[in-house]
Amino acid sequence: MLVVACVKQVPDTTQVRIDPVTGTLIREGVPFIMNPFDTQALEESLRLKDKYGLRVAVVSMGPPNTEVTLRKALALGADEAILLSDRVFGGADTLATSMVLAEAIRRLAEKEEVAVVICGKQTIDGDTAQVGPGIATRLKYFQLTLVDQIQKLDLKSKKVRVRRKLEGRHEIVEAPLPALITVVREINQPRYPTVPMRLKSEESEVILWNNKVMQLPGEAIGLKGSATQVRKIFSPQRTTGQILGDGCNKPEEAAHLLIDTLLGKDIISL
Amino acid sequence: MSINTTTYIGIFVIAVVMFGWSCFRRFRLVTLGKAENRFHQVGRRLRDTISYCFFQRCSISRSYPFGLNHAVLFWCFMVLLIANTEFLLHGLAPDYISLSKLPEGAYFTLACFFDIASMLALIAVILAVIRRLAFPPEYIEARSGDAFAILGLVALLMIAFFGTHASEIGGGTERAAQYMPVSGFLAATFISGTSATTLETSATIFWWIHALTLLGFLNYLPYSKHMHILASIPNVFFRSMEKVTTQPREEFKKGNIFGIGRVAQFRWKDLFDSYACTECGRCSDVCPATSTGKPLNPRLVIHDIKVNLLENGPRLINNEQPELPLIGGSENGQGSVSEDAVWACTTCGGCMEVCPVFIEHVPKLVGMRRDLVETKATFPHELLALFENMEQRSNPWGIAPSDRAKWASEINARPFETDKTEYLFYVGCAGAFDARERQVTLAIAKILEAGGVSWGILGRDEKCCGDSLRRLGNEFVFDRMVRENIKMFKDRGVKKIITQCPHCFSTLKNDYRQYGVELEVVHHAQFISELIKDGKLKLNGRKDLGNVVFHDSCYLGRYNGIYEAPREVVVSITGQAPAEMKRHHDRSFCCGAGGGRMWMEEAIGKRIHLERTEEALKENPKTICVCCPYCMTMFEDGLKDIGSEDKVQVLDLSEIVAGALK
Repeated sequence: MLVVACVKQVPDTTQVRIDPVTGTLIREGVPFIMNPFDTQALEESLRLKDKYGLRVAVVSMGPPNTEVTLRKALALGADEAILLSDRVFGGADTLATSMVLAEAIRRLAEKEEVAVVICGKQTIDGDTAQVGPGIATRLKYFQLTLVDQIQKLDLKSKKVRVRRKLEGRHEIVEAPLPALITVVREINQPRYPTVPMRLKSEESEVILWNNKVMQLPGEAIGLKGSATQVRKIFSPQRTTGQILGDGCNKPEEAAHLLIDTLLGKDIISL
Repeated sequence: MSINTTTYIGIFVIAVVMFGWSCFRRFRLVTLGKAENRFHQVGRRLRDTISYCFFQRCSISRSYPFGLNHAVLFWCFMVLLIANTEFLLHGLAPDYISLSKLPEGAYFTLACFFDIASMLALIAVILAVIRRLAFPPEYIEARSGDAFAILGLVALLMIAFFGTHASEIGGGTERAAQYMPVSGFLAATFISGTSATTLETSATIFWWIHALTLLGFLNYLPYSKHMHILASIPNVFFRSMEKVTTQPREEFKKGNIFGIGRVAQFRWKDLFDSYACTECGRCSDVCPATSTGKPLNPRLVIHDIKVNLLENGPRLINNEQPELPLIGGSENGQGSVSEDAVWACTTCGGCMEVCPVFIEHVPKLVGMRRDLVETKATFPHELLALFENMEQRSNPWGIAPSDRAKWASEINARPFETDKTEYLFYVGCAGAFDARERQVTLAIAKILEAGGVSWGILGRDEKCCGDSLRRLGNEFVFDRMVRENIKMFKDRGVKKIITQCPHCFSTLKNDYRQYGVELEVVHHAQFISELIKDGKLKLNGRKDLGNVVFHDSCYLGRYNGIYEAPREVVVSITGQAPAEMKRHHDRSFCCGAGGGRMWMEEAIGKRIHLERTEEALKENPKTICVCCPYCMTMFEDGLKDIGSEDKVQVLDLSEIVAGALK
C-alpha cells in the first residue's frame, strides 16, 4: 500500500523582497525550499512507513528544478519521487494544480492501492489551502484537513482516525480509506537526512511525468484550466497606527486603554 | 644466598610469556583503528618524548604540586629499570650475569644509585598513599583498589630490595655495602648480630619476594590503569605534531562510514590514547561540563573507549558485530559514552591542554557527534533548526542573507574589491545579525578606518564559516560550505582576512587549511594590537572603564595561543594590566557557548556562563573585556541572570579601543 505525499517547491519567503517600484516580488536569486508544511506532510508519511510498512511516493508539480526538492524527499526516506513537469502545466491556479496532482495520484493508484494522500495545510507562497481539498474532491477521497495527529490507521478495516486542530478545540474524526489529509505545523518535527541517504538520493531516479504521460486535456490544465488569474501582486499600504495613552509614565492605564480598544474593535474577546 | 635457578627459570619464563601474551592481546586491538600516519618528523618526536617524558615536562610544568612526586617516581623507575633488569637476568644465570662483574667504581656508583632511588621511590609511594587518603582528588577512582594495589606492589618491591640488600650487607656478602646508605643503615640498625644462616635465609626470602612481586607487577600492568606505564611514552611519541585545533576531514563517498559509532571506527591513535590514560583526572578538573555537573567527564570518555575496546575487541578481531555499543549503551555501566555526554562538550580544549600524555579528547567527541548527526540523524531537537538554517541561509538564525550588510547602513561601508583591497573584514554571522554584536562590527570598522587599513567586506555574499556545524558533527554540510567559501575567496582574490570572531578565525585559519588553502587570517585583537604598536592609531587613555577584567576565549587563547595581544591593547588604553580571573590564559574557563553549545539548551547542571560570570565578578570589575561574540552573549546573559547588568558592562576589545580613538 502506498502513502502519497504532495510537496511544493516554494521560494524561501524570508528571502523574497518586494520591488519598491513595481510592487511585485523579486524572485531572482532567491533560493527555493520545500514548503515547510509539506516537509511535515512528508514526515508524517514517513512515520506511516515506519509504523505500518507502507511505501511512500512523493509527487510535486513544478518546473524542472523542483528535482532538488524531490531529491531531498528521497534523502529523507521516500521510496519514489515523481516530478510533474511540463510547460503546459505552467501558470496553474489551485484548480488546475489539483487536476494534475489528482491525475498523478490516480495513475499511482492504478498500480498500487493508495491508503492516504498527505498534503501540507497550505503553501507559504500561495497560502490558499485549496490544493489538498481540491485533490480530494477530484479523486472523490474523504478529506481530513488541519490534522495535528494521525491516531490510528487500520489497514484491515480500511479506516483512519485523526485529530483535527480547530480554533480552541480539537475534533477527532474517522474516515474510510483512501483519504486525503492536510497537516498543520504541530503534527510532528521533521527528521534530518542521514549522509548515506543523501548520497544515495543523489543517484536515485526522479521520475518525470509530463503531459505526454499524463494525457490531460489542455483546457483542464495550466493557465487555461485555471479559474482564477493573478492580476497584480502588491504589498498593501500600511495604515498608520495609533498611540494609546502614556505607556511610559502610566503603563497600567495604557494597558487598560489598549484592551478596551481591542475589545471595542472585536479583535479580542473576554 | 642460594636461589633454586631451575625453579626461577620456570617461573620467569611463564611470567614473561604471559606478560608478552597480555601485551600482544591488548596492543593488537589498537590495529583495529583506522590508519593514520604518526611516524613523520621522527627527530622532533624523539626530542619531544625525551623532553616530556624523560625530563617530565609533562607532569611538572603542566600540572600540580604532585607532579613533582610523579617525576621523582618516574626517575627512580628509570634507574631501577636497570637494577630490575639485572635482577631478573641475574636469577637466570647468577654466575654469568651480574652487575658486580663491572669494574668497582661503576658497580659502586650504580649500587649507590639503586639504593637511593629505592628509598626515594618508597617515599614517593608513601606520599601518594597519604595524598589519596588524607586529601584525595575529587574523583573516586583515585582511591580505587587498582590504585592502592599498584602503590602497594611498588612499595613491596622496594621493601624487598632493602630486605635483600640489608641481609646481604649483614652477612658480609655485599661488596658495595658502604655505598648503599639506606640498606647499610637498615643492616646496622635492625639485623646486627643476627646469625649468618638466618641472614642467608632472609636474603633468599626477600629475593623471592622481590622476584615474584616484580614478575607479578609485570603481569598486572596490562590489566590495570597502569598500562599507562607501558603506553604513555609511545603515546607522547605519537602525539599530534600540531596543536589539535581541528577534526579530521571525511570523504563523502557512497559506502563510507561517517562518524564514529563503533570503537573500531576511531583512528588507531585514538585507541592508543585510551591505553595511555592513567586516569589522573586533570582533564576532568578543568572541564567546564564536568565542573558544572554535566554527564560529560573527559577522563571517563577515554576510559569508556578503552573498556569498550577491550569488551568488543575479541569479537571485532574476528569480524563479528560488537556487543557493547559505543554511544548511549549502558546506563550506569562502563564502556559506553552517553549521548548527553557527547553533546555536553564545548570543545574548549581545556582537557587537551592539561593532559600530560597528549590525549586528544575533542576529536573523539566530535567523531561521535558525527555518527549521531550523519549516520543516525539523532540529535537534540533544537539543532534541527540550526542545521536547516545553516544549509538554507548560511547563518544560524535563518535570517535572510540579504540582511548581512544591514549593519553597514550607518557607515560608508567598503566593498571588498579584487586586487584593490588588501584585507577582507570577515564580519561573521554574529557580527552581521546580532544586534549587540553589530556594535562591535561598527567599532572594528571605525578602527580599520582610523588605522588607514585597506579593508572591505563581502556584504551579502559573505557566508558562514561553518564552525558550529563542524564542532557539532555535521561535517557533510560543513564540507559543502567550506568548498563554497574557498571558491568565493579564490574568485574574489581574498588572501588576507581579519575576523571579528575567534571561531571564524580558527576555522578559516586551521580548518580550511585541510582543504589546501593558506589564508592569512588574523583576529581583530591581534590586528588592533599591531596597529597600536605601529603607531597607526591615535588613542586617548580611558579612565571610564573602571576595573577591567579580561576573559580569554578558547578559540583565541588555547586554540591559537593568542593571550598577550589583547592584554597589551588593554594596557595601552587603561595604562594598566587587566585583572585576571582565577582561571586565565591556557587555563581559562569556557563561557559555555563553544562547540555549538551556543545553539543548544543547557538543562543539566549549573549553567556554564553563570559559573564564569560569577568568577569574573569576584574581581570586582566595572568592565568585562571579551574578544568573541559568544563570550559577549554569555557574559551579558550571565550578568542579567545575576542582576548585575547595571553595575558591570561587557565590552569587546574593539569597543574599548574605538572609544579611545582621538
